[in-house]
Amino acid sequence: MTDISDRPKVSRASADGLRRYSIFSLLRNALAHEGNWQRKWRSPDPKPRYDAVIIGGGGHGLGAAYFLARDHGMNNIAVLEKGWLGGGNTARNTMTIRSNYVRPPSVPFHEESMELYRQLSRELNYNLMVSKRGMVVFLQSSAAARTATRMANTMHLYGANYEFLDLRGIKRYVPIFEYPKNPRMEVFGGVRQPDAMLARHDAVAWGFARMADAYGVDIIQNCEVTGILRDGDRVTGVQTTRGVIQAPKVGMAVAGHGSAVAAMAGVRLPIETQPLQAWVSEPLKPVLDPVLTFTGYGAYMMQSDKGELVIGGPTDPYPSYGQRGSFAIIEYVTSVVTEMFPILRCVKLMRHWAGMLDIVYDGSPIISNTPVKGFTVDVAGAGGFKTTPMAARMHAWLIAKGEPHKRIEPFGLERFAKGRLVVEGGVSFNR
Amino acid sequence: MMLLPCPHCGPRNEDEFICWSEATPRRPADPSALSDEAWVDYVYNHDNIKGWSAEQWFHARGCGRWIVFERHTVTHEIRPAARGDD
Repeated sequence: MTDISDRPKVSRASADGLRRYSIFSLLRNALAHEGNWQRKWRSPDPKPRYDAVIIGGGGHGLGAAYFLARDHGMNNIAVLEKGWLGGGNTARNTMTIRSNYVRPPSVPFHEESMELYRQLSRELNYNLMVSKRGMVVFLQSSAAARTATRMANTMHLYGANYEFLDLRGIKRYVPIFEYPKNPRMEVFGGVRQPDAMLARHDAVAWGFARMADAYGVDIIQNCEVTGILRDGDRVTGVQTTRGVIQAPKVGMAVAGHGSAVAAMAGVRLPIETQPLQAWVSEPLKPVLDPVLTFTGYGAYMMQSDKGELVIGGPTDPYPSYGQRGSFAIIEYVTSVVTEMFPILRCVKLMRHWAGMLDIVYDGSPIISNTPVKGFTVDVAGAGGFKTTPMAARMHAWLIAKGEPHKRIEPFGLERFAKGRLVVEGGVSFNR
Repeated sequence: MMLLPCPHCGPRNEDEFICWSEATPRRPADPSALSDEAWVDYVYNHDNIKGWSAEQWFHARGCGRWIVFERHTVTHEIRPAARGDD
């Protein structure tokens, strides 16, 4: 599994001019009344031509730019973002990083992403606030228990830990759990991934952006791509709201807009965009350490570092770009969460949002070349936040070398024609 | 929350419906004559339209009919349906 960790250390020389964050910089700037902080990234005007352009300034796009510069020496590149950095679905997910998947290609992919997350704060000199909380999955049917057993077996093969819990074990990690009197679906037991983590989602985008900028990558905000230029079956650049930008390589990393952007290049994708809602309670004292998911209800809950309970459920089961969802899901999920945890019945909800998921037909990501030469896509699918560093790194590899790394060969677009689907479930509803 | 104007039952809560798929793809008349690419495109790819999209909805907890609605995927506005159960 370590065959791609042959990576070079961060070259401080090439990140010239970057003032590093440390306890001393904190003190120094506190004494200077915070007036001397260096800007985290420039706001350059787009050049007419780059070696590569990445569409989408979220975690995946900025990460790809960072890895292109660090691993492949490409720094004459630009990241184009129609709004502001990390203002899309990077800011609309639920921050969970885990690797409990069932198919052999999925587990090492997500494991390596977790490994990258563990190193990134130091590597980027930016605190991603990675917090190893662990995850407890409530098993509510014998089918779910079978799936968990199979998942545990696959995960153990790749060195990931997944341990079974009886009810007492659940109680040990989730002290507020009291077995409900008349649950709609009973709880047989649980399964726990101790290495699951939470991270500050905005910081992932900002950390990548700051270091990519230090490597010389142009990060251009408020620059919407309105067309993709082609010469025959080869991409030649992009049309944007700030003019034409020529580039022989164009990478797409737009969560929640994959179909619309790919259509500009004449590429059709096997995805459907659906809203996934989440909402948070008022801040509470710490009551919950791990991330919880309920297999029977398709719901999950965690407590953020700020003390808010973050609660969510299944996607709204219809296509939408609306960045909002139906009250029916909120009502359903809140009712099952309070059924499981009557102690939370009087807690008030505070905020609510919906992120857009580009749900891939088989539930796995697509990191792939397309029929248009030079145009690559990174469609995160239903688990985009947790895969951010790994997907970005693999996308960078694909852009630089033109060929997929062997780790992402199973995640190419051609898997649909060959019938080699990598079917994963999860909260998203695959049809 | 969407209120879907079922032509048989009147305006009904979205909870009663199941959204099935885009209404535009038609099963190819002669599948065996199709190239792999065209077949994959029919089976897997979606238009996934941002804007007005024609969709098949099944009124599962109502009249049990299939209905084609035109729905805006950003604003969630719905245009009156043509009866889809022909």
